[in-house]
Parts: sequence; structure tokens; C-alpha cells
Amino acid sequence: MTVAASLGDLVRDIEDPELPHVTIGDLGIVRSVTIHGATATVLLTPTYTGCPATEQIREDVADAVRSAGLEPDVRLVISPAWSTDWITERGHQRLLAAGIAPPPPADEPGVTFVDPPVACPRCSSRRTRLISHFGGTACKATYVCNACSEPFEFFKAL
Amino acid sequence: MKPLLTYTLRQGDRALILAQRLLETITHAPEIEEDMALSNLALDLIGQARALYTYVAEIEGDIDGAVRDENHYAYCREQHEFQNPLLVEQPNGDFAQIIVRQFLHDAYAFPYWRVMQHSTDETLAAIAAKSVKETAYHLRHSRSWLVRLGDGTDESHRRAQAAVDQMWRYTGELFETDEVEQALVSASIAFDPDELRNTWLHTVAGTLTEATLEMPDDVVMQNGGRSGRHSESFSRLIGELQVLARAHPGATW
Repeated sequence: MTVAASLGDLVRDIEDPELPHVTIGDLGIVRSVTIHGATATVLLTPTYTGCPATEQIREDVADAVRSAGLEPDVRLVISPAWSTDWITERGHQRLLAAGIAPPPPADEPGVTFVDPPVACPRCSSRRTRLISHFGGTACKATYVCNACSEPFEFFKAL
Repeated sequence: MKPLLTYTLRQGDRALILAQRLLETITHAPEIEEDMALSNLALDLIGQARALYTYVAEIEGDIDGAVRDENHYAYCREQHEFQNPLLVEQPNGDFAQIIVRQFLHDAYAFPYWRVMQHSTDETLAAIAAKSVKETAYHLRHSRSWLVRLGDGTDESHRRAQAAVDQMWRYTGELFETDEVEQALVSASIAFDPDELRNTWLHTVAGTLTEATLEMPDDVVMQNGGRSGRHSESFSRLIGELQVLARAHPGATW
């Protein structure tokens, strides 16, 4: 394995500070890891423009690069815009395991005003209802399950 | 370069000032879910403002060679240098006013960012592609609340209609155009606000009907935001926004 590839694995294994056990590799926000001499350049794509976790992730990535004995150069690139479609299959499973309903495929940005049916991450019932379009973070909406009465979060398609 | 600078700055100011108003509502929303929702809207808007101000710093640096960052535009400018539309600086008032202000803004911002994805300016197009997705959720949220309030109880209906009547006079300014904007429209960096107005009106008319609310007519529109003439309450907003940075220049966490 090349140095860049093993550093890439190290970076992609960093956990998101706000999503338990979901790595930034699972989220698909690591665009590239390249090494030139003693410097490792990591390109990250923020999920939401104002996501406060972005700064923490930047620092975590810089720490990981330093732990590999390299000088970090961590940059944010916003284009192409991140989509929830970039979340890996393992990411979906980990979200589900954390009690967060994973996102359906993202459509073209549009406003249909129809809220999608969401299956409860605990009991799988589709008899759920929307509480709020936002949750503890901008990327999630708050739902409650009518079958098992558990409130849960839903990772919105973006 | 100057028109692009002014234009981008205005968009950044629109996002930042609305975010600051929303942040004033934290712990004052009618329910905890709404407290989180409004602060999440504010976070997205701050993110958009940061991207826009960062670009402004780049453009202005190319003109005069000075090094600035996003914070300069938020914290180190005087009130009259802010060029946001008056709508977004309107005080919070009751929850109906917060929602109506947000809805009238989002019904503009969503189609605005959608069309800006096709800007010939690559940076603005990239910011637009990011922002349009976030703004689609903002519009869904503010729209659904407006329908609930308008088509709710007698009291919520009365307050929603009063808020629409109060905020309507600030909507004309969103679609005003001047030489700054015209220069960019002819270069396809920006787009004709008249077309945006039609889209906006379509969304607003449909939503007001669904909410059993009436669209005001014969309203004299207020303007002045983009030339730096703001309302009285704006000075307190800016005071609160800038107090820390002014008292402790360069402070960091």
C-alpha cells in the first residue's frame, strides 16, 4: 500500500463529531488525499455550508496527517456540491444502527412540499410522522413513529 | 471587478443579517423543535454569508492588494456599509412575523440560487449549487408554518395576516435593479430580477391562498437597504453583532 493510500484510509476513518460511529469516509466528504514531499493535501467537501462540525473535522484531519509525520494542508472545496447520495452503503447501515433513518436518493433540488415516507429505524414501521424539518443538526429532520412511539431523526436527502 | 464586489457583498449581507435576526430568537421560539429549526436556518445562512464574504475578500484583494477575510465584512464595517434588503432586518415581533419574513425571503432565495447555478462566474455558481439545496428546505419549512398559521385558529390567522400586511412593503426591494446589477446581468453573471419576481409571486400567491390569507395590494414599497439606509432597529442589531469584535479586536476562541 502506498503512503498516500494508507494516509487516505487513516483520514477516511475519522469519525464525524456529530454522528456516532459514522466516519467522514462513510459520509463521502473526503475528496482526495495527495502527498507532495513532506506535505499532505486533503480536500474536504462540507455537507452544509454552515455545519459547525466542519471546523472540528478539519482539525481532526490535520491531527491525523501530523500523526503520520506529514505537514497538513486541509482545504475545503464546495464544488461539486456534496450530496447525501455520496454516503456509502456502510454509512447507511451505521446511521441506521445509531437510530437515524438514512436518506433516500436525492432528487434535483426542488420544492415539492411533500414530505417523504420514512421508515422507523427501530421497528421499521412506515407509520411515522414529521415533527420538524430540522433536528439537532441542519442535516436531519425530526420524526416520531406512530407504531412504537419512538421519536427519531431522519437524515434528509440533499 | 467593482460591480461583482458590490453584488456579492449585498448577497452576503442579506444572508448574514437574516441569520442574526434568527439567532435573536434562540430560546424564544414557541417550542423546542422550532428553536432548533430557526437556529439551523441561521447556521445555513451564516455558512452562505461566509462563502460570499470570502469571495468578496478575494475580489477586493485583487483590486487593492490588501489582505482581508470574511470576518472583516461582518465585524469591521459601519452600518451604512451594509447593503442587505430591508426585509431581512425587520425586527422579530411575534412568531407570525418571524415566519412571514422568512417565507417571503425564502420564496425569493430558492429560485435565486437555482438560477445562479448557471452564473458564468464559477465561484458564485458553486456557492449557488450548495445554497439551493439548503434553501429548498428553508422554503419548505417557512411555507408549511405559514399555511398552519394562516389556516389555523382565528388568532393565528389574524396575526399571520397582520404580519403579511406589515412585511409586504419590503418585498419590492428584492427585485429592484441598478447599474451594478445590470452590468452583471449583461455578462450573465447575474440574472434579470423581473423573471425572479414572477416565480416569487407564483409561490407567494399559491401559499397565501392555501393559508387563507390575502395578498395586500396598493402598497407603497420601501427601499434603501442597498444604498445603506437602514431602519432604526438595525443599529442595535449591528451593535450586538459587532460588540465582541469591536471590544476585543482579533479575539479567538
